[in-house]
Amino acid sequence: MAEGMTWSVLDGDKLTQAEIYGQVLTQLGATNPRLVAMTADLAKSTKIGAFGDKYPDRFINMGIAENSLFGVAAGLAMAGWKPVVSTFAVFAALRSAEQVRTDICYQNLDVKIIATHAGISFGQAGSTHHCTEDIAVMRSFANMTVIVPADGIETGNAVVAAMDHPGPVYIRIGRGFEPPVNTTKDYGFQIGKAVTMKDGKDVTLITCGVCVGQAMRAAKVLETQGLSVRVINMHTIKPIDRDIIIKAVVETRRIITVEEHNTMGGLGSAVGEVIVESGKACAFRKLGVPDAFAIVGYPEDLYNHYKFDADGIIEAVGALMKKEIEEDENWDDET
Amino acid sequence: MPLTAEEIKTMQQKAKDIRKSIVDITFTAGGGHIGGSLSQTDILVALYYRYMNIDPKNPRKEDRDRMILSKGHGGLGWAAVLGEKGYFDKALLKNFNKTGSPFGMHLDSLKVPGCDASTGSLGHGLAIAVGMAIGAKKLKQSWRTYCVMGDGECCEGSVWEAAIIGAFHKLDNLTAFVDRNRLMIDGPTEDITQLDSMDDKFKAFGWEVLHVDGHDFTALGGAIEKAMAIKDKPTVIICDTVKGKCVDFMENEYKWHYGGLDSDMRDKAYTCIDTYYDKVGG
Repeated sequence: MAEGMTWSVLDGDKLTQAEIYGQVLTQLGATNPRLVAMTADLAKSTKIGAFGDKYPDRFINMGIAENSLFGVAAGLAMAGWKPVVSTFAVFAALRSAEQVRTDICYQNLDVKIIATHAGISFGQAGSTHHCTEDIAVMRSFANMTVIVPADGIETGNAVVAAMDHPGPVYIRIGRGFEPPVNTTKDYGFQIGKAVTMKDGKDVTLITCGVCVGQAMRAAKVLETQGLSVRVINMHTIKPIDRDIIIKAVVETRRIITVEEHNTMGGLGSAVGEVIVESGKACAFRKLGVPDAFAIVGYPEDLYNHYKFDADGIIEAVGALMKKEIEEDENWDDET
Repeated sequence: MPLTAEEIKTMQQKAKDIRKSIVDITFTAGGGHIGGSLSQTDILVALYYRYMNIDPKNPRKEDRDRMILSKGHGGLGWAAVLGEKGYFDKALLKNFNKTGSPFGMHLDSLKVPGCDASTGSLGHGLAIAVGMAIGAKKLKQSWRTYCVMGDGECCEGSVWEAAIIGAFHKLDNLTAFVDRNRLMIDGPTEDITQLDSMDDKFKAFGWEVLHVDGHDFTALGGAIEKAMAIKDKPTVIICDTVKGKCVDFMENEYKWHYGGLDSDMRDKAYTCIDTYYDKVGG
């Protein structure tokens, strides 16, 4: 992290991801005179408005014009600014996908995107406002880095790290408050390096975003049932931490991915790609929204409905533990 | 200051050389967007040979004026201008479209010196230009942004998003052009949709609108200078142009949006260009 790139937020464990990034961005504004914040009529909803209140001259509200939001961001970056753009994930990743890909990623511009209301975190709003496709879309763009922070504290860390990370970065957060999984910001957050939240030897849960908390709760219950569960917070989907995945395959032989995203194309697919390429077999299951437009409802109800909350994870672990794994201690003979 | 007769003569000469270069690249590349490259040529020549603050030997100099060719398929014609200006060795244009070449049909800002933005997907350029112009104003820098659009791309909603925000930010450091050749891939613009009256459309969006013959350097120069003097709003110069300008068998033929040339057609095109400039001088 560059000198001066630090942040502190009072009551960080009581704020939403969006509230924290709004505050952190505002703090970074003091030491980064070229930081400019942008949105498209979602200053209050996304919390990027906090930056605008402090630095009105470095804040651009485009009105409801998401395509140009990212085109103008590209132009600002080429003029020497460091734009941070915030809107709902569904608009950033789908409506403006081409501007993000062609104007920003193709030219490898230093534009940071903070996409809020991702997944089904705005469950009541229906599928026009859900976004269970953005990880798949964004990780397929060359030059793009994709980060899905687990809680408010990690969101603060991700924003700071993104500022110091050249090129486009997509940070995906939710809408409301999720119980924090981190108690301190000083756990060595690094883009591309997953965090082992809890070690274990029987099964590994690889997860990101709000699902990290669900996985931790599931793991605690499973421990009482005599299972040793490893929980990995894969906060960076791209570039993915291949080593930690392969280590989990070798050491636990059972992997479940958990994400608030379509089970096609997101974290589960990214982890699956690494496993298949490693040539090492394991029992594998992906939890998330199962290739459907999600029903309407409160997020916690939907996580339960699609069985990727703690209860759903416990059920999936139980099923996966029943699956027989061929004993093979000699991994060296495999490629 | 109005262009002198001498300046206009030089521009005609450059436009002639560049049009021949466009024909030549189309021939060697095995095809290209020749119609629109020929219609935009005089706009680019006026800017690159008289008005833009640029240094081809230092293509990234900080205070340079920026060019966004929003009609990115005019990349072939833009490359011909950049080559003629000395941004790179013109001989490199022999590789246009070839595997691994820095030059594809739509220029890549990371590969082509003088190309300030990668374009090609229509309707993107004006927003990028607006971002640059806002950026320059906020940095209190005096360089200008020029954006050349096609008329067909004005069907794209994103053009009008950018037009709204450009007027809101009072971008008097931005001059846009519409290469109004009245043809798109599938035919005449007004047979397919309704782009007239473009002047009224931009005026309604808060832009200063100037309308000129896009092949008349005196008119182009006058409009560009007028745009520089206008305060508190961006200007669009709608340029009436002829697709395929100077090559009689291409002029106003929508089928020449994209095409290839054999050596006979190339030679005929050269002759057309020579004949045209024998008449107008240059």
